[in-house]
Amino acid sequence: MTDTLQPETSPVTRTLPRAAITADVIKDAGITFLIALLLFGSIVGLRTETVNGVLVLMPQFGKALALAAAVAVGRLLLDVFIWRRMKDGRTFTSLIPSALPILKGAGALAVVFGLALYSIPGFRASLVAGAGTVHGALGAVADLLTFACESTFLVMAAMAIVRAARLIIGQTPEEAVGQGMLRRFTADFGREFPIALLLIALVLPALTAGPSQRYAIDTATQILIYVMLGWGLNIVVGLAGLLDLGYVAFYAVGAYTYALISTQFGWSFWVCLPLAGFFAALWGITLGFPVLRLRGDYLAIVTMAFGEIIRIVLLNWQSLTGGPNGINRIPKLTFFGLPFDRTGEGTFASVFGLKFDPLHRMVFLYYVILALALLTNFITLRLRRLPIGRAWEALREDEIACRSVGINTVTTKLTAFAIGAMFGGFAGSFFAARQGFISPESFTFMESALVLAIVVLGGLGSQLGVVIAAVILIGSAERFRDLEDYRMLIFGLSMVLVMIWRPRGLMSGRTPSAFLKARKNISGSFVKEGRG
Amino acid sequence: MDYFAQQLINGLTLGSIYGLIAIGYTMVYGIVGMINFAHGEVFMIGAFIALIAILSLFALGITAVPLALLLALVIAMALTGLWGWAIERLAYRPLRNSFRLAPLITAIGMSIALQTFVALTQGARSKPLPPVIRGGFTLSEGDSGFAVSLSYMQIIIIVTTVAVMAAFSYLINSTSLGRAQRACEQDRKMAALCGVNVDRTISLTFVIGAALASVAGLMFLAYYGVIDFFVGFVAGIKAFTAAVLGGIGSLPGAMLGGLLIGLIEVFWAGYFTAQYKDVAAFSILAIVLIFMPSGLLGRPEVEKV
Repeated sequence: MTDTLQPETSPVTRTLPRAAITADVIKDAGITFLIALLLFGSIVGLRTETVNGVLVLMPQFGKALALAAAVAVGRLLLDVFIWRRMKDGRTFTSLIPSALPILKGAGALAVVFGLALYSIPGFRASLVAGAGTVHGALGAVADLLTFACESTFLVMAAMAIVRAARLIIGQTPEEAVGQGMLRRFTADFGREFPIALLLIALVLPALTAGPSQRYAIDTATQILIYVMLGWGLNIVVGLAGLLDLGYVAFYAVGAYTYALISTQFGWSFWVCLPLAGFFAALWGITLGFPVLRLRGDYLAIVTMAFGEIIRIVLLNWQSLTGGPNGINRIPKLTFFGLPFDRTGEGTFASVFGLKFDPLHRMVFLYYVILALALLTNFITLRLRRLPIGRAWEALREDEIACRSVGINTVTTKLTAFAIGAMFGGFAGSFFAARQGFISPESFTFMESALVLAIVVLGGLGSQLGVVIAAVILIGSAERFRDLEDYRMLIFGLSMVLVMIWRPRGLMSGRTPSAFLKARKNISGSFVKEGRG
Repeated sequence: MDYFAQQLINGLTLGSIYGLIAIGYTMVYGIVGMINFAHGEVFMIGAFIALIAILSLFALGITAVPLALLLALVIAMALTGLWGWAIERLAYRPLRNSFRLAPLITAIGMSIALQTFVALTQGARSKPLPPVIRGGFTLSEGDSGFAVSLSYMQIIIIVTTVAVMAAFSYLINSTSLGRAQRACEQDRKMAALCGVNVDRTISLTFVIGAALASVAGLMFLAYYGVIDFFVGFVAGIKAFTAAVLGGIGSLPGAMLGGLLIGLIEVFWAGYFTAQYKDVAAFSILAIVLIFMPSGLLGRPEVEKV
């Protein structure tokens, strides 16, 4: 990521005598403890329980005390180890180099561990068996660490393959000259990393072979649905700068289109898929028309209202949608007409002479959603270079300037809504075909918020950012499933923390589609977010 | 006519609750320009703190209902205010001058975290509270046997709302804090140059918003007699709708919007179908915004080039 332009920041310098610092730190921690005690005491300290139909209070002050103490200790540690150092003009990122040897060591360990997972037979099985004996948070953390090591190893390996392939076909990475192996290895990170990710995605079913394969493929499919939704919403929010809080409405339209048409008329998935996209796009335009004049948060609330209206209608139009019971027995996806059934004539297994395995269907589903997601990405990337895509981005940067140079803002906004909605519709019909059952419960506002969070956490307008954010958010939510309720707590808090850490998203660089002379990566903070 | 009067009373009661929550949204929006999505959760926490306070006061032997309610109100306002302060300090202040969507995402994260936190610590089941204030007036006995009733609780809710609104208007219009707040709303940098402590003013805005939400929380709890960890979500969305309908950033607008949303909901449920009352509220919001893009009482945004 060379050539990344960064906005200038002015350092603040401040020095204090050591004793004053110590007193300051302790006082600070003490105040934190008191505030945290009041906060937690009010909600945790007394638990309301219904006993024989009457509410009674159960004191649990110990818990409140422990929580408050944990918060105070956490603040003390942060204060001593991070904030104090940041005060002499250094930023958090500038602290990283001093931790670089540790990071390198951890990375190397992760790679070795990951290699061991794949090369030593029986290692993974014994690990899984070992993890099975540890329950709760510890097991989840061990699980997550294993996952992190594994993915580090896979990414490194895939990047090595990509680099090797590029060298073989005679392409040299631009900045391959440099000191140190690591630096040379990551020289062309921006270009090689996406290809490496794609490589991993393509061979994932083979990589995950083993006892947990079904679970892994299922999770990956789940992640890819969100990647696709994120990419679709990225067109509306990231490119056109229109804040849409009701994106899940189009997802729902797509899902119900497929569910209704396939159950009522028996049409196949591949016929319904374009139809679902079409109807979702139609709804996108229907929503787009009235809100054309609205800006900023007014647009946000109306899109949210629209999403809620769709959900409530689905919930109450019993005769058509089945209401809260949803739609059952939606035909499953077939391999271009060949069903994945256990018995019967002309099933996938019998035609290809294979033994029946439920895995076939899952792997096929995985590849379908992968293809759909890649299609979304491909179309978005191409559209960005067309006049329409440039108009979207121009609209995001400055609507008045846009109008002044003769861009039709009405069609620009409507196409953004329609195309974004269309991809949402595709994802929805895939979702319906995968689940076999849908109900309005899957299309709540929380879902919209989740997709928006993926787009913003990844970095508005960054395609790669969406992938990374989806893997982290959805993947960790799946991994932490053992922790049940705690995982949503961790999920919410980590959303807050990541956003504070990187307000412009995990991917800091953007590649503008219009450039003078040479394509350059610029910092995300140069890109506007739109007022629409 | 009797039926209409009854619906009017019910609508005003519900609208008062929405209005009080909506003020928190609109105040925060006016001063920092962000949608505080966690505000619905602040309302929920306020209701829970009020519930715990009422139960503890009863357990301590304070059984005089008016006194217990008043004490619970004070406790809930103070502690919920603290929660509001903590949320701002933790999730919004680090992103004060960052880009617009960042605090929106932290707000959504906060909202998820607070919901699960309360579900974990207080249990996910709904909490029924036996009615603390019973009885009321019967205004008119209709010929058809339909009686219009006005319960004491409804009177208390409406009177409290009016009182709180009066105090609040005084605070905004005639105190130095209110002046500082209005100054920050217009131009934060200039306010800071004139000696207004901007950080403190914004913090206090969140505290006041949270305190008003806890008043609404207590009234919701006493009126409906049941709360759970999820009440904040729906109420929050409705109140936000109300704030936008009235014109976000405008305080009288928030109250008006709240009353309107309450009335629309109750009348729709009373005369048409209860299932589609939310659709009616949202549709009216959309229609109003199409013709008045900055809400009923909002100032249109002037754009300088």
